[in-house]
Amino acid sequence: MDAGMIWEWIIKSIFLILFMTGGFAYVTLLERRVLARMQVRIGPNRVGKFGLLQPIADAVKLIFKEELIPAGADKLMFIVAPVITVIPALIITGVIPWGTSINLFGREIALSIANVNVGVLYIMAVTSISVYGITLAGWSSNNKYAMFGGLRSTAQMISYELALGLSLVGPILLAGSMNVMDIVQAQKTLPFALLQPAGFIVYFMATLAEINRAPFDMPEAEQELTAGYHTEYSSMKFALFFMAEYIKMIAVAMIGSTMFLGGFQGPFVDQLPWLGPVYLFGKVIVWLFVDIWIRATLPRIRYDKLMALGWKVMYPIALLNVFITGILVVLTTKR
Amino acid sequence: MPPLGVIILYAIIGLVSVGSAVGLLVSRNAIYSALFLVLNFLTVALLYLVLGAPFIALAQITVYAGAIMVLFLFVIMMLGAEKLTESSLRVRGLRVLAVVLGLVFAAEVALFLVVRGGIPAAPAEPALTFGDPAAVGLMLFQQYTLPFEITSVILLAAMVGAIVLTRGDLKDRLARRAALEKKA
Repeated sequence: MDAGMIWEWIIKSIFLILFMTGGFAYVTLLERRVLARMQVRIGPNRVGKFGLLQPIADAVKLIFKEELIPAGADKLMFIVAPVITVIPALIITGVIPWGTSINLFGREIALSIANVNVGVLYIMAVTSISVYGITLAGWSSNNKYAMFGGLRSTAQMISYELALGLSLVGPILLAGSMNVMDIVQAQKTLPFALLQPAGFIVYFMATLAEINRAPFDMPEAEQELTAGYHTEYSSMKFALFFMAEYIKMIAVAMIGSTMFLGGFQGPFVDQLPWLGPVYLFGKVIVWLFVDIWIRATLPRIRYDKLMALGWKVMYPIALLNVFITGILVVLTTKR
Repeated sequence: MPPLGVIILYAIIGLVSVGSAVGLLVSRNAIYSALFLVLNFLTVALLYLVLGAPFIALAQITVYAGAIMVLFLFVIMMLGAEKLTESSLRVRGLRVLAVVLGLVFAAEVALFLVVRGGIPAAPAEPALTFGDPAAVGLMLFQQYTLPFEITSVILLAAMVGAIVLTRGDLKDRLARRAALEKKA
């Protein structure tokens, strides 16, 4: 391993983090503009052309807000919780390949950070620890609404994690590998969404619950819980929660596109490797648009219905999907 | 000897691991204890990673840090049992039990060192396919089929047990159903 390799990794990691945070800023703008259009409003269009500088204005506003720490809060946990929430969101896409490799300055650069043989398991591991931040934020605020928001989201996230994990088993079985790169290569001719429609739908719905988006945005149901787990947070700490939420949204769109929609695969990607990131980016944008569309369309479902849906519908479907896929893979594999 | 970088990394992870274990014991707040345990699980996972077993490392994070400890935290918060009181520490025979178990552990370590004749030498670098998910799976289903099946039956029994316990007995259920119908 030479020094160049290490620098390559560092630069790629920093690029990924900057890309995710920059993506966060513009997804908020996309969401506000698209929601506004769907509700026959105009949305933020004053700052810069098409409102393109709006995220910067928002950030400046949030920085100058007062930082509040409620009396009786657990100070250490109150400060650490937003950080714990952001970190998993930032690192989860480390195993997603953006393309095969491109030649830059006479150096062959692989368009993936970590091409490991346990990639999918890494995604599951990071998802499973991302619950802590929200739970701790709810607990440390010393506020009953926040507490209930935290408890709800914990219950919701661990319930839907099962369906989420099982829905990812389908692509693993079809590709015969846990390496994300192998899974993308296996979708050269046919994206797995067509072979795994049930798994794809379960993944899509489970991720909506996992990232607390409408119609499953129970933890922050305004009418019942004011703002849920982040009721007491203000200024940059609030911004961190917001950031985590939108980065997770991008991350699940990226993972979903990679596992089910063929990732960076597309026409002519073999001849022109730089098309890979473009295809992935396009798929992610479409995915995000559908997320926003659903938020504008569907009302929030009741909490007990949400849990019943998770345990009694999605979990059995995901389990059955794994079972049937397993049998079909064994039957159709040529020995 | 492994390279210096690996030794330093190992020392840091080891210190954090032992430190978090001690923190778990001395902390008077159940939430902090649980979080120390999470930290401990994460450092143990890193140790597995240093030893070249990524599958075990990530399984450790997913199962212990991600699933089991979240449930622990959830229960602690639900019951509001964060603060340790003086009376909850006064369990009879706790100190004696701790001393006895500590002595047993020390004896075990001593016995291990005597039987193995000192600290074992560093093992050879494992092959790249070592701890590969496919290899682990094959080993689990070929070499250790019986223990694997027994474990799964025990887990199933525990699951059924949990459901039966929360459902209550037949009389209880009938009474509850009758009450519901009355209300409707």
